[in-house]
Amino acid sequence: MSIQDQLSKILHYFQRPQKTAKVAKERLQIIIAHERVERDKPDYLSLMQKDLLDVISKYVSINRDDVKIELDRQDGCSILELNVTLPNAGK
Amino acid sequence: MTKIIVVTSGKGGVGKTTTSASFAVGLAKHGYKTAVIDFDIGLRNLDLIMGCERRVVYDFVNVIRGEASLNQALIRDKHVNELFILPASQTRDKDALTTEGVAAVLEELSKTFDYIVCDSPAGIERGAQLAMYFADHALVVTNPEVSSVRDSDRMLGLLSSKTKRAEEGREPIKEHLILTRYSAKRVTSGDMLSIADVNDILAIPLLGVIPESQAVLRASNSGEPVILDTESDAGQAYADTVARFLGEELPHRFIEEKSSWLKRLLRFKEKETI
Repeated sequence: MSIQDQLSKILHYFQRPQKTAKVAKERLQIIIAHERVERDKPDYLSLMQKDLLDVISKYVSINRDDVKIELDRQDGCSILELNVTLPNAGK
Repeated sequence: MTKIIVVTSGKGGVGKTTTSASFAVGLAKHGYKTAVIDFDIGLRNLDLIMGCERRVVYDFVNVIRGEASLNQALIRDKHVNELFILPASQTRDKDALTTEGVAAVLEELSKTFDYIVCDSPAGIERGAQLAMYFADHALVVTNPEVSSVRDSDRMLGLLSSKTKRAEEGREPIKEHLILTRYSAKRVTSGDMLSIADVNDILAIPLLGVIPESQAVLRASNSGEPVILDTESDAGQAYADTVARFLGEELPHRFIEEKSSWLKRLLRFKEKETI
């Protein structure tokens, strides 16, 4: 074993171990925040997205990922936001 | 007024049945007439934890189908007075539980019982949904571990939307967190989510912390709910949890590592340097 290896081993020994609980908390906070947003969406949203996609595909060829559908709530009023990325006209 | 309590978690193996058994025994020990129902149709296990597996004649599904009366199916607990067990059926028929059937059984129990504890199966299928549907209180059993915490959050979502109280727009189900398999030592070393961490994420009132304990396996081996092992840390923690549920104010125990003066001194130094 080289001196370098040994040195790094010794250094490693003295290093403060990575606190995995901290990592766990951060990961949970992110995924749970995301899932809470998803779960508050009405069930029909994904179905509507599929229907919209079918209608649009009748006229232009697009991918599923090109249609984004969002529901925002602001002081008792819901806003449905539909974002469609159309392919380049030149193509 | 009868109170219906669901013990739920989403994830399996976190201690729902252990908690249901001990909680029901605890309530009965306080003198309340209590029934504990196993909703895990097809995978009956509460009977083993309660130590009454050889006395099961009729079960929950028999009662729902009218093949037996409720009184025939209820098993009187041998440890405490005022406690009765309604075992799950071992049928593989997934549709054996019906909303109307469960409603009828709960209604009949409500005539004579003070508390009905519903031991939910893992997952989010029919058994789990029906176990929580009629509840007034929910004990959310969680391990300080990522998958359990995430599943518990999922269950909180269901409790606030897919239950009778939610559907009727009544006062929501009272949610209580029970943190099980807690190891103060691993929290101190930074390798386990702490009470505060889980509280920050789930944000529901903490009812009890049950330490990781050898007593739990011993209890299930012998079919004696761990709360009856009054010498054990887990047994005492469950007793405290029940007392808190009934309105007593008790500090949480077994949440700090038993440490030597040397360790404490070292930790003090560590804090200083930070």
